[in-house]
Amino acid sequence: MKSRREFLKQTAAGAMIFGSSAAADKLRLVAMPSERKEAAASKVVVARDPSLQSAQMSETRVLDLLDRAVVAYTGQERPLDAWKHIAAQRGSADGTIGLKTNGLGGRGISTHAVLIHAVSERLQQAGVKPGNIIVWDRNARDLNACGLTISTDPNGVRCFGSDVIGFEDHTETWASARVRFSKILTRECAMVINLPILKDHSMAGLTFAMKNMYGVVESPWELHANGCNPGVADLNAMPAVRQKVRYTIGDALSSVYHGGPGFHPQYLWHPNAIVVGEDCVAIDTVAWQMLERKRSEAGLPSLAAEGRAPHYIGTAADAAHDLGTNDLKRIHLMEI
Amino acid sequence: MHRAKYFVAITAASMIVAFTAAGCKKTPIDPFPSSGAIAGWQKTSDTRVFAAKNLWQYIDGDADRYIKAGVVSAATSDYKYQDRFDATVDVYQMSDPAGAREILDADRSKEAASVQLADGGIVYEQSVAFRKGAYFVRVVAYQQAPGMQQALLELAHGVETKLPVS
Repeated sequence: MKSRREFLKQTAAGAMIFGSSAAADKLRLVAMPSERKEAAASKVVVARDPSLQSAQMSETRVLDLLDRAVVAYTGQERPLDAWKHIAAQRGSADGTIGLKTNGLGGRGISTHAVLIHAVSERLQQAGVKPGNIIVWDRNARDLNACGLTISTDPNGVRCFGSDVIGFEDHTETWASARVRFSKILTRECAMVINLPILKDHSMAGLTFAMKNMYGVVESPWELHANGCNPGVADLNAMPAVRQKVRYTIGDALSSVYHGGPGFHPQYLWHPNAIVVGEDCVAIDTVAWQMLERKRSEAGLPSLAAEGRAPHYIGTAADAAHDLGTNDLKRIHLMEI
Repeated sequence: MHRAKYFVAITAASMIVAFTAAGCKKTPIDPFPSSGAIAGWQKTSDTRVFAAKNLWQYIDGDADRYIKAGVVSAATSDYKYQDRFDATVDVYQMSDPAGAREILDADRSKEAASVQLADGGIVYEQSVAFRKGAYFVRVVAYQQAPGMQQALLELAHGVETKLPVS
């Protein structure tokens, strides 16, 4: 993994190439009309590196891909500034940032440790104290599946599941959903960066940004009826999720395009991509397109043809939930 | 789930394998070969058992199709082959052989090759699945390696011989 010194040196060089801040401001002024136009759209960045496809994923390449993605997303000129911008969204300098992973599919199809470590390292380089970062999921088994080791040491990056800290006694309700939230979400985190992994899902059709929130409640099974619709939308509309989950850095380095959410190696696929955004509905809309393209290439019917289109995405976009947009005309997709 | 409740569930699951032989419900079945029982294979985890109602804790939304096919319980253990690759063995006890057949058929795609194993099996590059009576078994490896398919078949055969004839 690139050292702190190398990272800072590189970003300083980047600043020199782009010139003075005054010059940058001038460029920004010139670009303003189109930026204003884009502001109405939800930006989603899909950053790819085809060379990543291997069992031993290069840490350096994943870091570089991640930096490219967040620079493109934030519009900052240097990676360090992009990460500082992201870290600042937590409000206070001592606020804890939670990295919500997904290890439910087991070792073959869980959020890649190399991506989790990369995000954690960049946040620290942007000034977040190690003790103010928690990597978390449902339980130790899920975190181990990602290749992580449990740690509750407050001086380092912590990594533990809701099985350690438990769930709130109070039941939150939103429309059909009644849930008890993990105390990691409600008490520990000032902000959450969502790190889901893209998968086909036998019931929901697709699991990525919004569906990953099922791992923050005690009884996710109760939200699975009717293809997880409106369960996914209702859960994501709850204030604890809506207010704290600010960014998604989606793992589409590898995926399963059929047979999910479990690991079926015959359906393993390597999009070699990281998907970044804040609009969870737009992200899932883009991810749905990616999945459908792959299924079509593989000669499989569409999710709709199999009776499991992810209708929860449309529900999340409706006026009652207002979680984002699923209108492709309003999604500013940047593929880099 | 509360922490204490969680640990009770896991501890109980790791101490007993709650499978029962079809037609003889008090006979406990342990379908998982011990370390060294199959050449090259080491059992690297405790066995975890999930009743149908808790299957979602293990396989999330995938539980639905197993429940519809009549799953009674599922058990899982991890293995390692000669320090070369890891694999997981899942054994699902269904309420009848038709349920096991339904799950196996759903696992079959055009890339699958049939294999002579118990009442029917399929093999892929990194996985083997078969059914025996009311049991459905899947063996999945996580990395690709030379000779993997043969090693997986040997482990699958080791499981098959420990399952009762229905």
